Amino acid sequence: MKGYLKLATGETYEGTWQGSQGDFCGEVVFFTGMTGYQEVISDPSFRGQIVVFTYPLIGNYGINESDFESFRPQVAGVVLSETDSLGDHWQSQNTFVDELKTRGIPILTGVDTRSVVQRIRAVGDIPGVLTTIQDQATPDFHSIYKRNWIKEVASSQIQNIGSGNPHIPHIGLIDFGYKKSIVNVLIDLGCKVTIIPFEKAEATIESLKPDGLLLSNGPGDPKQLSPYLEGIERLALAYPTLGICLGHQLLALAFGGDTEKLKFGHRGANQPVQDLQTGKVGMTAQNHSYVVTEESLGNTDFLMNFRNVNDGSVEGMVHKTKEIASVQFHPEGHPGPADFQSIFTDFVTMIQHRKEGHTAGVGGTRSYLNEEADPTQCKGGKVYAEA
Amino acid sequence: MPKHEGIHKVLVIGSGPIVIGQAAEFDYAGTQACLALKEEGCKVVLVNNNPATIMTDDRVADEVYFEPLTVDSLEKIIAKERPDGLLATLGGQTGLNLALDLHNKEILLKYGVKLLGTDIDSIMKGEDREAFRALMHELNEPVPESEIVATVEEALRFAVEIGYPLIIRPAYTLGGSGGGFAHNEEELIELVTSGLKASPIHQCLVEKSIAGYKEVEYEVMRDENDTCITVCNMENVDPVGVHTGDSIVVAPSQTLTDTEYYKLREVSLKIIRALGVIGGCNIQFALDPDSTQYYLIEVNPRVSRSSALASKATGYPIAKIAAKLSLGYYLNELINPVTRGTYASFEPSLDYVVVKFPRWPFDKFPEADRTLGTQMKATGEVMAIERNLESAFQKAVRSLEINSNGLELSGINQWPEEKLWQNVTQASDQRFFAILELLRRAVPVEVLHEKTGIARFFLNRFEELVQLEQKARELSFAALEAPQLWVLKRYGFSDAWLASVWGTEQLSVRRKRKVFQLVPSYKMVDTCAAEFEAESAYYYSSWSGQNDGKPNFNRKKILVLGSGPIRIGQGVEFDYCSVHAVQALQAEGYETIIINNNPETVSTDYTLADRLYFEPLTLEDVLNVIDFEGIEGVVVQVGGQTAISLMEGLEKAGVSVLGVDQQTVNELEDRDLFYRFMEKIQVPHIPGLTAYDSKDLLDKACQVGYPVLLRPSYVIGGRGMVILSSQQELEQYMVDSLSSISYPILIDAYVAGTEAEVDVLTDGEEVLVPGIFEHMEKAGVHSGDSTAVTPSFSLSSVIKDQMMDYTKRIARAMNFKGIFNIQFVVNEGHLYVLEINPRASRTVPILSKVYGIDMIGAAVKLMLGNQLASLGTGTGLMAEPGYFTTKAPIFSTIKLPGVDPLLGPEMKSTGEVISIAHSVETSTYKATGIVIKPGDEIFCEVDGAQWEHFKKVSDLLNDAGAILVSDQQRFGRCFGLTPVSSYEEWLRSQHATMLISVGGTGNTDGIEKRLSAVRNGLSVLTEWTQIESFLIAGKAEEPEPIGRWLRINEGSGVY
Ligand SMILES: Nc1ncnc2c1ncn2[C@@H]1O[C@H](COP(=O)(O)OP(=O)(O)O)[C@@H](O)[C@H]1O
Ligand SMILES: Nc1ncnc2c1ncn2[C@@H]1O[C@H](COP(=O)(O)OP(=O)(O)O)[C@@H](O)[C@H]1O
Ligand SMILES: [Mg+2]
Ligand SMILES: [Mg+2]
Repeated sequence: MKGYLKLATGETYEGTWQGSQGDFCGEVVFFTGMTGYQEVISDPSFRGQIVVFTYPLIGNYGINESDFESFRPQVAGVVLSETDSLGDHWQSQNTFVDELKTRGIPILTGVDTRSVVQRIRAVGDIPGVLTTIQDQATPDFHSIYKRNWIKEVASSQIQNIGSGNPHIPHIGLIDFGYKKSIVNVLIDLGCKVTIIPFEKAEATIESLKPDGLLLSNGPGDPKQLSPYLEGIERLALAYPTLGICLGHQLLALAFGGDTEKLKFGHRGANQPVQDLQTGKVGMTAQNHSYVVTEESLGNTDFLMNFRNVNDGSVEGMVHKTKEIASVQFHPEGHPGPADFQSIFTDFVTMIQHRKEGHTAGVGGTRSYLNEEADPTQCKGGKVYAEA
Repeated sequence: MPKHEGIHKVLVIGSGPIVIGQAAEFDYAGTQACLALKEEGCKVVLVNNNPATIMTDDRVADEVYFEPLTVDSLEKIIAKERPDGLLATLGGQTGLNLALDLHNKEILLKYGVKLLGTDIDSIMKGEDREAFRALMHELNEPVPESEIVATVEEALRFAVEIGYPLIIRPAYTLGGSGGGFAHNEEELIELVTSGLKASPIHQCLVEKSIAGYKEVEYEVMRDENDTCITVCNMENVDPVGVHTGDSIVVAPSQTLTDTEYYKLREVSLKIIRALGVIGGCNIQFALDPDSTQYYLIEVNPRVSRSSALASKATGYPIAKIAAKLSLGYYLNELINPVTRGTYASFEPSLDYVVVKFPRWPFDKFPEADRTLGTQMKATGEVMAIERNLESAFQKAVRSLEINSNGLELSGINQWPEEKLWQNVTQASDQRFFAILELLRRAVPVEVLHEKTGIARFFLNRFEELVQLEQKARELSFAALEAPQLWVLKRYGFSDAWLASVWGTEQLSVRRKRKVFQLVPSYKMVDTCAAEFEAESAYYYSSWSGQNDGKPNFNRKKILVLGSGPIRIGQGVEFDYCSVHAVQALQAEGYETIIINNNPETVSTDYTLADRLYFEPLTLEDVLNVIDFEGIEGVVVQVGGQTAISLMEGLEKAGVSVLGVDQQTVNELEDRDLFYRFMEKIQVPHIPGLTAYDSKDLLDKACQVGYPVLLRPSYVIGGRGMVILSSQQELEQYMVDSLSSISYPILIDAYVAGTEAEVDVLTDGEEVLVPGIFEHMEKAGVHSGDSTAVTPSFSLSSVIKDQMMDYTKRIARAMNFKGIFNIQFVVNEGHLYVLEINPRASRTVPILSKVYGIDMIGAAVKLMLGNQLASLGTGTGLMAEPGYFTTKAPIFSTIKLPGVDPLLGPEMKSTGEVISIAHSVETSTYKATGIVIKPGDEIFCEVDGAQWEHFKKVSDLLNDAGAILVSDQQRFGRCFGLTPVSSYEEWLRSQHATMLISVGGTGNTDGIEKRLSAVRNGLSVLTEWTQIESFLIAGKAEEPEPIGRWLRINEGSGVY
């Protein structure tokens, strides 16, 4: 059956429709990684978006048990060139198409994805609709931006993951739609993690007694969470804090900085980021539309410590005096590289030291660089119970 | 970071002659590196004795030494040039080994030469298998159980411990030469024996076999600041067990999950960091298809064949960036030359798929062992880019220029199933085609997966292709509808194949296709999946989607057809010619377009032409580009036989071809027409007749007179030619090759005279001949395999005048402008024309370089209609210089078990070297490169008719201190040779170094001895000239760069 991707700017791209019929609206974004489709469709940060895969063959290794980033596919729809109907891998349990079909997510295949990307590159990330009706009137797209995606993906209950051992670092993960891999890394580094719904964070934090906080990634515009910014500031001042992606943007906003929307977001596995301390460049996994503006850091007590090599944008910042640091990219990879995984190691080591009575600034010095953890080892299976 | 202080002059070591395992990729890498160094203001001194390369052009390096790649000659050059730095990681294994030697002998230290890029310790850790294993243990990275052995006994002990199958790999060899799988003791003994011999350090690795795992490679780069990136990863379709050089490879990997992809990437970065590589590095993994287990196979701490492939697959110029890193730059300081807005510190993202397919020489050597293993056998490769794998495979197969119709190897549908399975279970060069045929015969994917270990994912693609073939067959051309044709095109089916299935003409399919408005679109290779705007000139065709770039219609455009994959008979020399043609056309103000499909070459560097189309060189693919671009004219004279054979179709399609037409080609390539042409202009040719059946053959052979030479027409590289000295031999030949003789067949008188050749520039009226090449071997040894000298050293001026006279007559009588090649034979004072090639030839780059004349540049101007007189190069035969240049062939027979090293009319060499000196003796001695040490043992086997000649040679060999041995009593006694009782035993003895095997004309005796000598790593010489050339040593001469030689020559005019 024929299907169409229609952009708000008027273009229509034809393809073959797979999955349940209907009109599916979303912001149309593209992902440039050559692997990792399973992680992409299940990453809560992609909530509500129609993802165009630039790599032309999707589904090659099927869908497995361990590489989901959340409980369910999150995307509003996917657009691609070709998909393998079988999927070949020893871990594969389902095909890509079937996985999405059973979850009611539409797939448009046979699309000239390169032209779609070129269009997005020209006009920016743009609302669109996936539909089977060619002359379907373009719906009102404003709802996409008004909707609060974060509330849809963030958990509503507190959850404990990991052992009850009181001597290991306890991280409170304030959830805006976290990726499972972030938790996996923390667990692998020997932490215990408590997932805290962001709305309950201030109210429950005392009783949970975490040693440090991690502000997670999540979908959409950080400014949708303006009412929570003061609370976030209070929390960050009270606990060693690490922010990732949306969490990073929220920290900037909470401390007086500003964010803006990129013309088209960074979504892929090859964003070069420079560590301004060492000058070293690493590849990073990214998925975001909004960035912290560099000028606005002047209003805060943060210093920029990571920069995007391509467009110069802010990729990370560290507080001048407090143990607060954050990065725009995903140091946990999945999908993509984890070249700066030391960010987690540093964070956890610092907390460990504090627990043992020492203090050190987060990201400020490298003295607590850990020796021998192998954090990339991705633990199979789900590390937490189904909500 | 500014570049290192104090590096003003850099010595670059090239990779030398093309051999299997070390081919044109190092010309590409070396050229990029030299240009990058020059861009940074360094003076480049290059040592490389391979004349066919672009890298040895005066535009690429400041001083070029065509000197032997030995420590001795390098030391002399270092002493003379006093370079500040040495760049050795871009000259393949040859360059790396030499750098190690120079270091170990403290020559670098003595002259204060800094090794740029990766340091010696890292190189050793990567290259020395034991050091590498130790490092892996240290890093806690898995390598298969193994042991380094220096004796057969050690190997046997290890086998008892670990069990079979085992894999044997000699240290420091190219293309895995001398290695293989041993399933039992006997095989182990043979492999270890030959392996120890092949290894320059007499070590072999004996290792547990992990055949069947997925083989995955990563191309990694690292700068001094420890920033690391992986440019690309690649997955071999053929699992571990088949050398990556012999595997069909796809990029990026297709069956790895993101977790696997980034796990192996992370290990790659860990290793390159531990090694401390500065520049590029290749890392090979084996990944269990059924678990998370992986192993390291090897690391190459240098650019490689795979890095050339990765550069072309992604658009990321690895060698260029590696050269800059070696000067101290950081990755994030270097601009990505494709996007120009981003930096080299990123990892390309592909929005297409790439297929590399090896090109093997077995079409020329059907008698060779065609099985594939850990020892590379391919001479070259092709690459294809498309948006899906099916069509990429199709493009790759089309680019191979093998005898296939679409995806079907000619005749394979007749093969019994057993033969198909043989080629599948024990991989051979025909495995891909045999798999497709089995799928056509309804063998399930699952069964093939079990037998081959090839991932189902790939087999499913093949099955899809076979199913589409079937669908196509069910369609009729008359009732064809656009959507049906579109699907077939989208999955890569060519007009030609469809036409053959539908019983129509290729151009009819083309016409209908255009009526349906089905034309390919051209997409850009931009390194970033369209995320950023790019300005690349690098395109591929696809049957889906829109065009990326609109062609420029304001300028006049000329298309240059490249020469496709490197194969025996059509090597890197044509790439040299293609590159020069492009540069010359640009200088004339044309917009240049090039089509080629060889990822190893300079011609497919997208910075060369105004536009590069990475496409198969078939009529359809070429016409599509011509239609899209709107091209004024096409150059076919520089792309070898590949380009020439496209001319007929181009002409029919109304395309203008520069300087030559099909009728002229026919007149030269069709022997009957050729003889008539020669007679018309009264130029003597070798007597020859055409036979139409077997009886005719016997009759006409008699008429021509024995010995005769049989030849099929329209071939390059003398394929299928044989010399037969009597009716008896002919009859035997007819019995032996009953089915393979195809009539009509051509019979020439075999004239064992002196062979000579010229390359001629002409405007159709005047000619310019830069020099005559005279062959040392008698006619009968293919011109590509002969040792040849320019200027001629024995021809009389009468003969030379006659040559020029014939040359002029030929040039005037042909409808031809540009460059062509004439081969002559001189016998008893008579001069005959042997053959004329209406195109540039193997000798063009040599003559261009040693005489300092841009022959292709001139040829291009002539093709464009300029008069020769207007070029300022003079006319006639250029004055002979005061020095001699010898070209010597280089063989890869050690990599091709079963190929007789006997020289004959069938070309066998893969590469060549040159040497320049004041005397023929010296230049020839240096070019040959064979050194006899006192005590070396040489086995002699000589036909009775040749004993007299042997006398002379044996005296010289004795004088050199060699010990001559033989197992024939009479012969041995006659010449006082040391008797040996068993040849095979002798072969394994320590001092065995050479076999001299000289038979009578067309004699194939002694083949067994020659083959086992090759297997045991001995030199085999079958022509007296080969032997004499290194014995009659000339006066030692100081190495001189080519520029110096040319200056010696300056001031001399043309007569
Ligand atoms: N332990 C092994 N078992 C089976 N095959 C192997 C093993 N190690 C290597 N190979 C195969 O041999 C090929 C050549 O080995 P490699 O170490 O890469 O040598 P080279 O230096 O010739 O590239 C590899 O591409 C791989 O397919
Ligand atoms: N009639 C002949 N007599 C002696 N040698 C010949 C004769 N014909 C061909 N040869 C030898 O065979 C080689 C290949 O023949 P040629 O016609 O040049 O074919 P190719 O197209 O392969 O170059 C020549 O270089 C020459 O040495
Ligand atoms: Mg290898
Ligand atoms: Mg010839």
